[in-house]
Amino acid sequence: MRLDHTDQQLINHFQRHLPVCERPYLEMSRQLGISEKDVIERLQSLQSRDVVGRVGPVFEHSQAGASLLAAVAAPEEQIDLVAARINRAPGVNHNYAREHTYNLWFVMTAPDNESLEEHLDKLEQELRLPMLRLPMIEGYHIDLGFDIDWGALS
Amino acid sequence: MNQCASADHLHVVAGESGVVSAWGLLRLRKQLEQGLPLTARPYQTLAERTGLSEREVMSAITQWQEQGLIKRFGLVVKHRTLGYTANAMVVWNIPDEQVQALGKIMADIPFITLCYQRPRQLPDWPYNLFCMIHGTSRVRVLAQLDSLIAEHNLQNVQHSVLFSNKAYRQRGGRYVSHD
Repeated sequence: MRLDHTDQQLINHFQRHLPVCERPYLEMSRQLGISEKDVIERLQSLQSRDVVGRVGPVFEHSQAGASLLAAVAAPEEQIDLVAARINRAPGVNHNYAREHTYNLWFVMTAPDNESLEEHLDKLEQELRLPMLRLPMIEGYHIDLGFDIDWGALS
Repeated sequence: MNQCASADHLHVVAGESGVVSAWGLLRLRKQLEQGLPLTARPYQTLAERTGLSEREVMSAITQWQEQGLIKRFGLVVKHRTLGYTANAMVVWNIPDEQVQALGKIMADIPFITLCYQRPRQLPDWPYNLFCMIHGTSRVRVLAQLDSLIAEHNLQNVQHSVLFSNKAYRQRGGRYVSHD
């Protein structure tokens, strides 16, 4: 999707350090040289076009609660059905098809480890498919706020 | 950098009042997981929804950033929509005693967007180091991977490249119980 220069600037400047003050969008608008109303409308538009998922905090997994990466090997012809079942389980926030025998990869979150294991056990029983449970041992780099390479996208 | 002039004193507010409602903070966490409202005074909007004051909301967010509970506060980009359509999870089987050193090296490579260690699950899953490459094309991602392998002498390391071909869900984590 092509974005105009101002939308690009908005993304370049505010993937982090969102102002914490009474009128944050006014503060952002001053830095970009546009109006507060324009900032808000652009953010609405970016969200409705699904370019921006949300404006807000990314919580640190290890402090915010329990989360775990899991994968199942679904029969290829049932993959959409299995993916839909996974999405119905509580706390699933990412779910991707990937090219591998283990072809569905999802992240499940819960307030604590106990309920996370419980939800996964229940899902595993329901799906009756081989499941990998891969908790994080150590994160070396976990931040998707990387600089967008607009040149490569155009 | 992008801090408002008035933000400096905020972190003392909670300490002064001393009685910020725990339930209010929990409600605020839950609200924030869905993003900041797009109103002229979003912290005031959050205050109305949570029963806290606007200053308590701002103070809590500032503190959570300082404590590291909030690791990034800003626009959460959906890379796939923008054209980052080639997303590869590259997994490696690295000897345990070397995994940390290599993880740290990979963390600093610009095109690697995530990197972490996870347990093997033998016999099905021999891989213990995961890294993600978000790229604009499959060809480009594979070229980046080739350069990584050459530069760090990983030719003989067992690895696998799992491109994702469909996203069934992609959203922020929701940790606060919704019961």
